Amino acid sequence: MTEDQSYDLSRFKATYFEECSELLATAEETIARLQEGTGSDDDLNALFRCVHSIKGGGGAFAFEDLVHFAHVFETSMDALRSGRAQLTPHVADILVRGNDVLGDFVRAAQEGTTLPADHGAEVKASLASIISGERLPVDQAARPAPMAQPAAAAPVQPGFATWTIRLVPAPTLLKTGNDPLLMIRELASLGEMKVAVDRSRLPGLAEMDAQMAYLAWTFTLVTDQGRTAIEDVFEFVAGDSAEVSIEQIGQTVDAEEGDGWGLFAPLPPTPELTPSPATTAPGSTSAAHPAVVASPPRGGETGAGGIHTSSIRVDLDRVDRLVNMVGELVITQAMLGQQASGFSIESHPELVQGLQELSHHTRELQESVMAIRAQPVKALFSRAPRLVRDLSAKLGKQARLVMSGENTEVDKTVIEQLSDPLTHLIRNSLDHGIEMPDERVANGKPAEGTIHLGAEHRSGRVIIEVSDDGKGIDRRRVLNKAIEKGLVERGTPMTDEQIDQLIFAPGFSTAEQVSDVSGRGVGMDVVRKNIQDVGGRVVVQNIPGQGARFILSLPLTLAVMDGMLVAVGNQRYVLPLTNIVESLRPTAQQARALVDVGDVLTLRGDYIRLLRLHKVFGLDNAITEFTKGLVVVVETEGGDRIGLLVDELLGQQQVVIKSLDSNYRPVEGISAATILGDGRVALILDVGALRVMGERVSQAEAAAAAQAAE
Amino acid sequence: MAKSVLAVDDSKTMRDMVSFTLRGAGYTVVEADNGVTALKALQGQKVDVIITDVNMPEMDGITLVRKIRAQPQYAGTPILILTTESDQSKKDEGRGAGATGWIVKPFSPEKLLQIVAKVCP
Repeated sequence: MTEDQSYDLSRFKATYFEECSELLATAEETIARLQEGTGSDDDLNALFRCVHSIKGGGGAFAFEDLVHFAHVFETSMDALRSGRAQLTPHVADILVRGNDVLGDFVRAAQEGTTLPADHGAEVKASLASIISGERLPVDQAARPAPMAQPAAAAPVQPGFATWTIRLVPAPTLLKTGNDPLLMIRELASLGEMKVAVDRSRLPGLAEMDAQMAYLAWTFTLVTDQGRTAIEDVFEFVAGDSAEVSIEQIGQTVDAEEGDGWGLFAPLPPTPELTPSPATTAPGSTSAAHPAVVASPPRGGETGAGGIHTSSIRVDLDRVDRLVNMVGELVITQAMLGQQASGFSIESHPELVQGLQELSHHTRELQESVMAIRAQPVKALFSRAPRLVRDLSAKLGKQARLVMSGENTEVDKTVIEQLSDPLTHLIRNSLDHGIEMPDERVANGKPAEGTIHLGAEHRSGRVIIEVSDDGKGIDRRRVLNKAIEKGLVERGTPMTDEQIDQLIFAPGFSTAEQVSDVSGRGVGMDVVRKNIQDVGGRVVVQNIPGQGARFILSLPLTLAVMDGMLVAVGNQRYVLPLTNIVESLRPTAQQARALVDVGDVLTLRGDYIRLLRLHKVFGLDNAITEFTKGLVVVVETEGGDRIGLLVDELLGQQQVVIKSLDSNYRPVEGISAATILGDGRVALILDVGALRVMGERVSQAEAAAAAQAAE
Repeated sequence: MAKSVLAVDDSKTMRDMVSFTLRGAGYTVVEADNGVTALKALQGQKVDVIITDVNMPEMDGITLVRKIRAQPQYAGTPILILTTESDQSKKDEGRGAGATGWIVKPFSPEKLLQIVAKVCP
């Protein structure tokens, strides 16, 4: 049974393109360092390797355009890393553009599209200019060869020819792992062969070194394969490791060079040899004619060796499944714990202790598994330096970027979702925040503005900050714009913070935000929505004249949440702990019904709208009096507060988030679900949606009351 | 007894393709992503053939060849370096370090098998 000779390499394309995207990102970071002047020789080497690897893989899949461009890029990197070319700011700029074009070619290869023939021609010429001034070896100038074919170029000689071949190994030949026996066998496989051995260099036994080669041979070979096939046998040794001469009998041919490894002089055939014609039976000294070059043993199993790397690559699906399974494990363990709560440590010591340990191990397992998906925020920040540089140049402003906490780890999904919002916030800072240099100087600020991008872990969440020392947000303009857009009623009393938050209101985009610089006119409301979609919040701290700070607060993991369990009737709900402000049992004075408004809580001078959860969800057996139950004051992302009436608080706990959307369908007011220790399902409340629902309920009630009054 | 190969390359795509080709032909393959991890791999087991890329982080292929040759049990083991066609100096360097031969990138699976069979019976 023979192996299928047509190898389908397309199964490796996915790996290749994944690798390319990593390499391109690494290259971009490296080039940024080189541009800033903080790069090193290692960086030049690393950059060379990035391009080299992309080119190598590209060649294997025959992505010709990609390989062609990468080749020029690689060659220029080789010149730079070996010192033959100098890294100047101009050169660094070329590298930036080179990497961009390389990315274009990779993308085209991935999507199966073809770029215009002159795509990147200018960049390619610039890259070539880095190399020029040096004498290029001839084959570098040519297009790299497509996948090498065995002996494809060999002109096949018609019919048979007889060759005399002399092989004189250098004494050190064996030390390079080359084995004359293998070469002899390979040679013999080309046709009928006679061998004569030359023992003249063989020393006495006492002087013999077993690792040195002493023997030499002369072969007479009758073959129809041609000279190139014979030369190929010795391709690795001809030159310094062995003298090889190949002569066609009947012709005197000039000494051939081995594969560029050196010259040698032709040697006369040894006297012992008597060439015999091809067709007669060979004499006793001729080598047997083996059927085929020995093929490697065909084993049944695919031999799995070890893999020794410092990291492994895992499908994201597998990680998600693992995270899910651990989530289930946590739930089951909680249920067991609940069941065993009746047992005391005295009555069932091993059981109670065992369960405690189980709880401990489960928690550790959960943390470890969550950590697998965690990646340094660096990946998110990597585009920022380039963005700041390009944009500030475009706007004619001067700005520098300071980053901190790049190694802070965040869930992979969060990084993916935050890329756009973060880009927009930085653009916003440059566009609207940082002033033109002369304006800054006039205000006593340094001409160069600073944008700070930072990340840190704080109380179980990841805090990402984008701040600038620009002119801050002009509150008057913001307020006027909001009034103009009908978002706010003129005359409504608003605090400074509330005005600042208006920029996040839907439909707020000011004219400049639709500028080409700030992108597609994406407003802050979309930015906030993206952040909320991963369970995060964003607030702005504004000091007009001094700058603005955008603070993003994100969950460490997406699958688990800290929540407060509450009871309403015989139902259980979970409120995200981050939304809870406080809880209290209000007095009759504090909780009142106002005409046309509804139930309201007065707390330290503020009015907070009250919402009866039992009414929202249509529950019986619940406490209906505010003064008899508990009011939990919660805050939405926008900073609005409402008070929710519940029966009681059941305690704080970490819950595994289970999607309602995928298991049932979206329900207004509910963001997800979880399974409690006793096996019951508890719904996780969506505070923002509740506020909207609450208003609707109040308005409906007010209308009904007005109706009834008539 | 299946022949074992140590395949060293910092590109996972390359490693995957080389392993796939060799395993399909009955070889056992051990992978490493640079010279340092390659030497570690060799500590744990003996292989019959070594194939290594030249450009790698931590330790490059030529240095790796030199270090492998310094180990007595690998004095005569076939070592192949992966080079590009324009890398003549690398072939010379490889030879100088003790490499047995080279495989030119990009190579077809057939060519890979042919060259491995050439140096390793």
